[in-house]
Amino acid sequence: MSDTETSPAPRIETVDAAEIWRRAMESARVRDAEFTSISGAERRPLYTPADLEGFDHDRDLGYPGQFPFTRGVHPTMYRGRLWTMRQFAGFGSARQTNERFKFLLEKGQTGLSTAFDFPTLMGYDSDHARSLGEVGQVGVAISSLEDMETLMDGIPMGEVSTSMTINGPAPILLAYYIACGERQGVAPEKLRGTVQNDILKEYEAQHAWLIAAEPALRMITDVMAYCAQRVPKWNTISISGYHIREAGSTAAQELAFTLANGMEYVRRGIAAGMDVDEFAPRLSFFFDAHLDFFEEISKFRAARRIWARKMRDEFGAKDPRSWMIRFHTQTAGVSLTAQQPENNIVRTAIEALAAVLGGTQSLHTNSMDETLALPTEKAAKIALRTQQVIAEETEVVHVADPLAGSYFVEAETNRLEEEAEAYFKEIDKRGGVVPSIHAGYIQREIHRSAVLYQRAVEEGRKKVVGVNTYVEDLDAKPEIELHRIDPAVEREQHERLANLRKRRDAKRAASELDDIREACRTDANLMERFVSAAHALCTLGEICDVLREEFGEFEEPNIF
Amino acid sequence: MSERKIRVLVGKPGLDGHDRGAKTIAAVLRDHGMEVIYTGLHQTPEMIAETALQEDVDVVGLSILSGAHMTLFPRVREELEKRGMAHVLLTGGGIISAEDMEELSKLGFSKLFGPGTPTEEIANWIQSTMEERWKNEEVSR
Repeated sequence: MSDTETSPAPRIETVDAAEIWRRAMESARVRDAEFTSISGAERRPLYTPADLEGFDHDRDLGYPGQFPFTRGVHPTMYRGRLWTMRQFAGFGSARQTNERFKFLLEKGQTGLSTAFDFPTLMGYDSDHARSLGEVGQVGVAISSLEDMETLMDGIPMGEVSTSMTINGPAPILLAYYIACGERQGVAPEKLRGTVQNDILKEYEAQHAWLIAAEPALRMITDVMAYCAQRVPKWNTISISGYHIREAGSTAAQELAFTLANGMEYVRRGIAAGMDVDEFAPRLSFFFDAHLDFFEEISKFRAARRIWARKMRDEFGAKDPRSWMIRFHTQTAGVSLTAQQPENNIVRTAIEALAAVLGGTQSLHTNSMDETLALPTEKAAKIALRTQQVIAEETEVVHVADPLAGSYFVEAETNRLEEEAEAYFKEIDKRGGVVPSIHAGYIQREIHRSAVLYQRAVEEGRKKVVGVNTYVEDLDAKPEIELHRIDPAVEREQHERLANLRKRRDAKRAASELDDIREACRTDANLMERFVSAAHALCTLGEICDVLREEFGEFEEPNIF
Repeated sequence: MSERKIRVLVGKPGLDGHDRGAKTIAAVLRDHGMEVIYTGLHQTPEMIAETALQEDVDVVGLSILSGAHMTLFPRVREELEKRGMAHVLLTGGGIISAEDMEELSKLGFSKLFGPGTPTEEIANWIQSTMEERWKNEEVSR
């Protein structure tokens, strides 16, 4: 060119590296794909310091074990102790589940987690007409103290921690557990564990409820107050996003609705006359770990930060333990496919890794066969081994919150916090969580997300291996063994119950039920009455019938 | 004939609370121009059959993810028969093994859908099966 000859130095264009990259992106060809998170949130192709404007290390992150706990609730994180490997199990009779519990403990599991069948979850005895066909199917059937004693037979209740996934009838199942401990010679003060006891998300997503919302919330504060005095090591509630997510919500909705529910329980506890620091340290949480690795890690971090800020700044909690979200995580059941089920092992491993990098306190990993039936022993073992591989072989556990400072992860954490805050405003506008449930607002939001995701999969915008891409012969039967529940379980439960009703002191049982009815009409703590009724061999259905009669049942709003 | 709308009852028998699938299918069938009635949760077989009768539906689709299908699906069919509704097209879905599907097909559930089935496939199957039925009804008339 002629002008090179006349100028001594080449001309330098004053364009910075960011601009060069932006132009390159604009003119480049990119794949024909949807570049969004699994929740449909926008994903930029690159995250830089420009995405973290106003970011303040001390205010937004801090240090592990310190406010706002973005980086984890313990100063040492997994150097102190690993997460609890807690596989959810329960099926058939109490005897069968007791055997599975012992199997899992023997394989190195460190805590128990109980799945109940639908009749138990809904407060019906195994021999109730509505229990037909459901007894022992998705969990263990527990209709009385005697079933609980069989379930915990030979398991040292003073040493093991037990989580019970039950909500509507949670106070009664906890009463059975306490009574069972007493009969094993273990004082309530020594018992460790969790009842899920989160009724709000039942109305919103999981749908195993017992009674109307207001009295159900009163029973929850009864549990909080009772345990604060008598069972101090018990987690009185596990505020759960898992079921909200599984019902179809986005990550931001899971975060927002779960924390909104949590704040509602805190308000109720305070309104019942308790000091926030008296019960808040025993609140625990439960989240889903889905496939979108970075969105999930960011969700866990955002959860800790939001909760800490709310508890300290809005609810005036002074005890740092009240500021901390301690949570259990389960990998996403909805992400598993019936097609090519072995691939589920891989999905679960990725989700479990996200939970660990997100700083979970305990973890359940799903088994590969769960879209087909209850897990077989072999599948359950592989699921547990997946956690053990992460803990022992990957060396990811040495550093707390290892992804902090990533522009992307910090920007995602901020985004999720902002989206959750926007939902808190929407819920407030509707008068709070309970009116939002009665109006069907939260249920409709979840349903809408579920339909949008399904549409994205069917249109091929979101890919699922084995379902809409890399599909194999659709009619090929899976080559995995299925775990079936023997129909004899239902028959045997009927016999056990008939026998119990014949044997027990009928007068004493009837008078315990009268006492419960009486207590429902006052503001006496119902937990006292439930423990006493448990010892008198009152059945779950009998106690729940009294509650249904006294308090009325929850009516499902029609969101359709 | 194309004016005639297919009326579908989407039902949740038993105590199972998993309604994501049922509600998603109901929304999709409605998008396909069908008239959809959703029963809501925790229905007994009697309640479902009674609604089917009241609403005079052409199709009953049941969703169960709790493992109770071998007990409850046949019960719904019996209750429908009792009410003179044996003619409705019966279908459903959930966590149902291939063997169970085979057995239920002998009991009138000619087609059941497992996890991961595209909702379009279900909508199209209902559409074409009903159109076929109506065509045959006209021919035999």
